[in-house]
Amino acid sequence: MHLEDLEALAARYHAEETHEQEIRVCVAASCQSSGSLPVLEALQSACAGQGNGRCKVKGVGCMGLCSAGPLVAVAKRHAPLNESVLYRAVTPQDAAEILASSGGAPVERLRCPTDQPFFQRQVRIVLERSGLIDPESLPEAIAHGGYSALIQAITEMTPAEVIREVTASGLRGRGGAGYPTGLKWSTVAKMPGAQKYVICNADEGDPGAFMDRAVLESDPHRVLEGMAIAAYAIGASKGYVYVRAEYPLAVARLETAIRAARRAGFLGARVADTPFGFDIELRLGAGAFVCGEETALMASIEGLRGQPRPRPPYPAESGLWGCPTLINNVETFANIASIVRRGSDWFASIGTQGSKGTKVFALAGRIKNTGLIEVPMGISLRTIIEEIGGGIPDGKGFKAVQTGGPSGGCIPADYLDTPVDYDSLKSLGTIMGSGGMIVMDETACMVDVARFFMEFCMSESCGKCVPCRTGTWQMHALLDRIARGEGTPEDLALLEELCEVVQSMSLCGLGQTAPNPVLSTLRYFRHEYEAKLQNQPLRKPQTQRGTG
Amino acid sequence: MPLSTARSNVRVVTLKIDGRDLSAREDETLLEVCREHRIPVPSLCYLEGLSVWAGCRLCMVELVNQNRLVASCATRAAEGMEVQTDSERLRRYRRTLIELLFAERNHVCAVCVSNGHCELQTLAQRLGIDHIRFAYRQAHEVLDSSHELFRLDHNRCILCTRCVRVCDEIEGAHVWDVMGRGSQCRIISDLAIPWGQSETCTNCGKCVQVCPTGALIKQGTSAGEMVKDRHFLPILARRRAR
Amino acid sequence: MTEPKITLATAWLDGCSGCHMSFLDLDERLIALADRIELVYSPLVDAKTLPETVDLGILEGAISSEEDLEKARLFRARCRLLVSLGDCAVTGNVPAMRNAFRVEAVLDRAYRENVTCNPQIPSLGVPALRCPVKPIHHEVSVDVFVPGCPPSADTIWYVLSELIAGRMPEPARVTRFGA
Repeated sequence: MHLEDLEALAARYHAEETHEQEIRVCVAASCQSSGSLPVLEALQSACAGQGNGRCKVKGVGCMGLCSAGPLVAVAKRHAPLNESVLYRAVTPQDAAEILASSGGAPVERLRCPTDQPFFQRQVRIVLERSGLIDPESLPEAIAHGGYSALIQAITEMTPAEVIREVTASGLRGRGGAGYPTGLKWSTVAKMPGAQKYVICNADEGDPGAFMDRAVLESDPHRVLEGMAIAAYAIGASKGYVYVRAEYPLAVARLETAIRAARRAGFLGARVADTPFGFDIELRLGAGAFVCGEETALMASIEGLRGQPRPRPPYPAESGLWGCPTLINNVETFANIASIVRRGSDWFASIGTQGSKGTKVFALAGRIKNTGLIEVPMGISLRTIIEEIGGGIPDGKGFKAVQTGGPSGGCIPADYLDTPVDYDSLKSLGTIMGSGGMIVMDETACMVDVARFFMEFCMSESCGKCVPCRTGTWQMHALLDRIARGEGTPEDLALLEELCEVVQSMSLCGLGQTAPNPVLSTLRYFRHEYEAKLQNQPLRKPQTQRGTG
Repeated sequence: MPLSTARSNVRVVTLKIDGRDLSAREDETLLEVCREHRIPVPSLCYLEGLSVWAGCRLCMVELVNQNRLVASCATRAAEGMEVQTDSERLRRYRRTLIELLFAERNHVCAVCVSNGHCELQTLAQRLGIDHIRFAYRQAHEVLDSSHELFRLDHNRCILCTRCVRVCDEIEGAHVWDVMGRGSQCRIISDLAIPWGQSETCTNCGKCVQVCPTGALIKQGTSAGEMVKDRHFLPILARRRAR
Repeated sequence: MTEPKITLATAWLDGCSGCHMSFLDLDERLIALADRIELVYSPLVDAKTLPETVDLGILEGAISSEEDLEKARLFRARCRLLVSLGDCAVTGNVPAMRNAFRVEAVLDRAYRENVTCNPQIPSLGVPALRCPVKPIHHEVSVDVFVPGCPPSADTIWYVLSELIAGRMPEPARVTRFGA
C-alpha cells in the first residue's frame, strides 16, 4: 500500500458520507459517567425517526470540558470543535430539540460557548481527532489522516530518517521525566539483536490524572500508529500496550482498534503489504501504581511480580525477556504520527527552547473548568488556571497547583507566571509529570495534601526496597501526627531526614520521588507545618523544675 | 543469576575504592570487589551465590565524581571509577535504614532464638545504633509452625528474599515467594498455604540457613521446646534387668 | 578537698529488675563507685522522694503504665542527664510484646484465666495500663541508651566510668540489643 492508496481510501470514506450535519455525543468515560449513553440513544432514535439522512448522530471521544458533560456538539461534517455548536449537560429529553435545531438556530438554554478561552487557548495535536471522530471506527480515523504517517514512514523513509525526524522535533517523553524521545529511539535502534520490542506505557496512575485514558478512549488508532512507526524505526516486530484494567472502556476500544488495524493490514506480518511486520498485544495491569515504572512494567508483562529492578541495564539494552525494548508513554506515541506527517520543523516551532510541542493536562480540583486540555509548552500556569480553567470557583482564592502527582510538587501563587516546560517546573521543585494538575484553593491544608500523597505512595510501594517500603510508612505516620496537631519539632526534623534518605536510597522512581510532595509543601508552606506543631519539645529546658 | 559469570574475554579495569587503587574484572560488581579486598560494606539481601536483589539498599556507595549513590551489589566495576564506601552521609543513611527495619516488625532480640547469630542485630551494633528513633509499627505478624522441621516467624522477617532466591535458584523448588505490597508484604510458601502443607518443599533447609535473622529457624531451638524425653530409660533399664 | 559527688537516681519501670541486678554485679567496683557517686534515689536505697535536681538518672524498664510515664517525666525534669538502661527501656522489649493484644485480654489472662482463687482484675491503688507499651525515649528525651538484656556489669561500668570522666559513652561499642 502506498500513500496514494490510503488517500484514495480516505476519499472513498468521505464520498460514502452524505450527511451535512453531524451530532457528536461524547462517549468517553467522563461524559459516560454523567450519562451520555442515554443521550446518544435518544438522539439516534430521534434521528432515525426523522429518516432524511441529512443528519448523522455519532459517539465521539473527549471534547475536554468534562465538568460540563454530557457534551454534545452539532457541526457541519468534519468541522472542528470550535466551529460547532456545543451543548452542555444534555439530557435525553433534549434530543428532539437539539435535532430539530441542527443547521438552524441553536438551543440557547443548553449552549456552551466555544469562543471561551477554554477552547480558544488550546492547541490540539495529540487530541486533534479527539471529539471529532468515532473512536471505534477505523474508516473515520483514516478519513481524518490516520495511518498516513505510518504508510509514509515505511514506504518513503528509512528507519534512520524516521529517527532523525523524531530527534529533530525535540519531542521529550510525556510520561513525566522528559527524556528525549529521539535519543531513546536511536539507542534501541543501535542495539544488536534480532528481537526487539515496543511497549506503550498506559498504566496511568497518578491521582487526578486521566490524559492517557482520554487519548485511548478517543483516538486509539493514533497510539497504534505511533507504536508501529516506532517499531519500524527501531526494528521491532512486536509491541505491547500495558494498560490498567481499571480503564475498561480504553481497553475495549484498544481491542477494537487493534482488530480493525490488523484486518486492514496496518498491523500484522506484512504491514501495508511491505516486508515490515509488526503486531500489538494488550496486557492488562492489575492495579499496581509501581507497574508504571518501566522495569516493573516489563516484569509484569513477563508474568512476574510487578516490581522494579536496578538500572542499568536499561530497557534499551536489556528489556522485555532480555531483548532491547523501547518504552514510551501513550501521549508520546500519540505525537509521533503528527511529527512524521507534518515534519519536525513544524513540531519544533511549537513550544519553548527545551520543551517542544504541546502537553495534555488533566485539570482537576478546585477549578471551574475541570477536564482535559492540550496547550503549547511554555504557556504560563496563570493562563492555564485563570483563563483556560476559568479560575477558582465560589469566589475563593488560589493557593497552589500540584503537578506531577505523587512524584511532583506544588506551585504557589507567586510562581503562577512560570512557563510550563520541563526545566522551569523542575526549578520550582516539581516536575511536568504525566499531566495531572490539581488546583487547590485557599482552604486547602498543605500538610493534608502531603499526607494524602504519602498515603498513596505508602500503599503503592511494592515493598522490595527498605527505604520506600518502611520509609513511606514512617513518613506517613509522622505527617499524620503533625496533621492531627500532635507533632513535635523533633517529628518535623525526623520527617525531613527521612525525605533525604528515601530520596537518595530508594531503588526506583516511586521511592526516589515519594518525598517530593513533602519537600515541596515544606519549601513553600513550611509555616503551615510549624503552626501545627506542639511547640513544646520533648526535652524540657534543664532549668525548669518538674511539677510532681 | 549472579551478575558475575566468568567469561574468558573479560577485561580488567582499575578503579579507586576509598582512595585505594584496585583492579577488578569488568564483570565484577563493586560489592564483590569490596568483599575481595576486605572493605567492609554492609548488606542484608546480598549473599554470594544468589542473584542480585538490591532491596536492602545498605550497600549503597558514593560515586565520587558523579555525586551519586548506587547499590554496590548491582553496579559493575568500570575503568576509572572512584568509589567511596564509607562517609558520614552513608553512615547516617545506613543507620536510618537499619532503624527502619527494627521499627517495621517485632525484632525482640532478647527473646529471639537467633539472638547472637543475627545479621540485623550485628549490623545495628556495628553501625552504632543503640536506639530506634522511629515509632514502632506495632504490626503483629503470625508464626507458621506447621512444618515438622522448620518454623517461620514473620515478626523477624526483613523481606530480604534470600529464602525465595535460594529455594528457586539453588534448590530449584521455588516454595517461597512474596505476596502483598509495601509493609504488608509477606513471604509465602506455595500459594500462601501453611509451610507444612507445601507440596513443593523438599525439607532441604537451605532457606533456614541463608535467613539473616530469626525469621526462618529450626524447630526445637527455642528455650521452651527443650523438653527432655526420658521415656527410653525405664524401658532400657527393664530390659537389662532381665 | 574532694570533688563533690555525682548524684545518681535510678528507677525501675516496667522491667524485670534484671538491669538493677546487673548493676549490683559490679561487685567490688561498687566500692570504687561509692567514692564518686551518691545514690540519692533508687529501689536499692531507702530514700522515698526524688530530689529536685539530680546529676544522673537511670531508668530501667519500658513505659507501660501511667505511673511509669509520670516517673519518666519526673526523671526527665529533674535529672541533668537521663540514661535508658536495658532493652525494655531502650526498645520496649518483652513488656512491649503485650502490644499484640488488647489490654483487657492481657488482664484477663493474668488475673482471671490463670487464677484459681478469687479471680478479679485489680483496680484500686494500681496505675492504669497504657497502650501501647513504649520505650522511654518515645515519651521523654533520653541522653544515653544502653541496650542489653540486661546490659552486663562491664557495660554498666564502662558507661558510668565515661560519664564520671565527663565523656559521652558509646554503648554500641560494648553492647547491643539482646546482649
